[in-house]
Amino acid sequence: MQIALLGGLVLFVWWLAGNTHENLTERGIRTGFDYLWRPARFPISESIVRYDASDSFFWAYVVGLANTLWLSFLSILFATLLGLVVGLSRRSAHPLLSRFAGTYVTVLRNVPLIVQLLFWYAIATSLFPVPREALNPLPGVFLSIRGVYAPALTLGPGASMLLIVAAFLMVIAIVAGFKVSAGKPLPAKAASVGLFLCVWVVAIVWLSGMLGHPVGLEAPALKGLNFRGGMVLSPEFAAIITGLTIYTSAFIGEIIRGGIDAVEKGQWEGARALGLSERHIMFRIILPQALRIIVPPMTSQYLSTVKNTTLAVAVGYPELGLVVNTVINQTGQAIESILIMLAVFLSISLSVSAFMNWYNARVALVVR
Amino acid sequence: MTDITFNTAADAPQKPPKAKRKPLLKLLFGDLLSAFLTVLAVLIILGLIPAFNWAVLDAHWVGGPAACQGGGACWTFIGAKARLILFGLYPPQEQWRATIVIVLIVAMVLVSLSPKLWNARLLLVWAVAIAAMLVLMGGGVLGLDYVPTSKWGGLPVTLLLAVLSLGLALPLAVLLALGRRGKLPVARAISIFVIELVRGLPLVGLLFVAAILLPLLLPPEWTVDKLGRTLAALTIFAAAYLAEVIRGGLQGLDDGQIEAAEALGIPYWKMIWHIVLPQAIQNVIPPLTNTAIVMIKNTSLVLIVGVFDMLSAARSASTDPAWPAPSTEAYLFVAAIYFIICFSISIYSRHLERGVAARTHG
Repeated sequence: MQIALLGGLVLFVWWLAGNTHENLTERGIRTGFDYLWRPARFPISESIVRYDASDSFFWAYVVGLANTLWLSFLSILFATLLGLVVGLSRRSAHPLLSRFAGTYVTVLRNVPLIVQLLFWYAIATSLFPVPREALNPLPGVFLSIRGVYAPALTLGPGASMLLIVAAFLMVIAIVAGFKVSAGKPLPAKAASVGLFLCVWVVAIVWLSGMLGHPVGLEAPALKGLNFRGGMVLSPEFAAIITGLTIYTSAFIGEIIRGGIDAVEKGQWEGARALGLSERHIMFRIILPQALRIIVPPMTSQYLSTVKNTTLAVAVGYPELGLVVNTVINQTGQAIESILIMLAVFLSISLSVSAFMNWYNARVALVVR
Repeated sequence: MTDITFNTAADAPQKPPKAKRKPLLKLLFGDLLSAFLTVLAVLIILGLIPAFNWAVLDAHWVGGPAACQGGGACWTFIGAKARLILFGLYPPQEQWRATIVIVLIVAMVLVSLSPKLWNARLLLVWAVAIAAMLVLMGGGVLGLDYVPTSKWGGLPVTLLLAVLSLGLALPLAVLLALGRRGKLPVARAISIFVIELVRGLPLVGLLFVAAILLPLLLPPEWTVDKLGRTLAALTIFAAAYLAEVIRGGLQGLDDGQIEAAEALGIPYWKMIWHIVLPQAIQNVIPPLTNTAIVMIKNTSLVLIVGVFDMLSAARSASTDPAWPAPSTEAYLFVAAIYFIICFSISIYSRHLERGVAARTHG
């Protein structure tokens, strides 16, 4: 039985390889990875690392990967925060709020993500006003048909040095926050980390002032027909980040609500009997225990969010999937490109689950 | 750091255990937080008023493209383009065939809802029904005109892709799950490799793989058309996820069941079909329906490789230059159809779960 299975598999793979070889020679497609070092000669519309068309195919992949990671990081971060709000709202005794959150979750979970992305993209590119009449929901932030404009950091001479110092100090601030609040419940930890970060911000602003303001904020301003200055998010990026965040937050909200519901009822009753307020029960007794239940499903949700970023193809944001597709169209080297994409996504999956497993082991109940 | 809030809470008068029902006014404005939340909720609702105005008050319900000027949604567009969105490029004079396919799928699904009818005969009926659907869509026999798959489109394609990919994936998933749980190391290695590889890739990547790689892997004379390649990718993807769900069901099964069957000398496949699978699948009905919903939503991704499903049809309908770019309305229409399908499945799943619970605990 085993031998037959193994033999069949070997034959099957051999047959596939033979076909592939025949097809490749017939179409005159070269194989091998040396194409990676040739210049790519195609544009990538936006990226967080520097790219121009004379860079190599390898660098194009890196640019796509950087965009994927940036998109994943932002949408996971925003979706987790929004999801916490949604989950807690659904659990709350407040009728308006819980109905509202319930509708939000039901609607968003039952409509495909790609439909939502195209919907947001359609809104961003057809219903938003021209720059002259741009919506201004927050000071310094403008929504218009050309994209979303927000204040940007401006870097003067000597800024990179200051940024390195700032990053170093931020790590110290976070570590110090956790050290000081070791053994305390979650909100106290958050409060002390927040306090240390405030100190950090003040220190950085002061340092910056001492050095003659190499780092500052620049707000976008309407000049002529468009905005000048500041940071601009393309309609593609704005649509995909909005869509991913909102869609994922509905799922995360349900995971958090499920985790809270799974905590034994006796814990609520016991805490109420002790006269703790509902808020204290939630943040000090229920949430820390729910965290243990929440972490494994949250891991798979984060992973599928990373994989969902490939849907950005639909609105034309150049993440890894779009770059790989363009490369295949340009060079015909499908097998190599797909192997690279496979390797990248498998390593992202494995590292996210490794990190979450480590975190899970930290919060898990220790049975002695 | 001292904890200030804790002291005030301890000094506060002892609350009775949560009352059965509080008066609404107290729920809404009972304490500072509730009042704040009420104001917040009202603000959110007020924030949605422009959207409501756009969709209802300022909307255009009658007339042609010329009537859709100014702000407001253009619902007349949906009326004018419903045929294109629902049936794609399917020849209009043959449209009744696509309509029958939709009715057939919906009817078959409705018939299959009752757990009492779940037996081998239902499987046979499904096989016949699917063959009938493919004949109806494709034609070329029985005096029906031939319609190539490149002309298929809209809702029938979405439904067919969902039903076929789930139907083909389920047996594959059972094999993969059994392989992963089984005693044969080679079968286990193959199953784990396939499941983890497919689950590690995004579906978009898998669709590209199928669209580009499949013609390279197969002999030149075996041409698989675009719809077939997409279906292959969706099937493999669904199989990997369903396999993990079924594995969960197998793990939840009492070992004694298998041991007893082995002791009675029941052959392996009979044991699997009559003893293991019915119990294992009953255990995992909620995640199975969840996966089904996910797969139905996933059929919308075929837009990326250029298959003309409902979503692509809506997208191309909204590019008609005669209309003032009504893509938002088109997507809302598609979203509503998906919502109705997926939401009904989740309601049905809850109903089914209650039935199982009543039988096992009642």
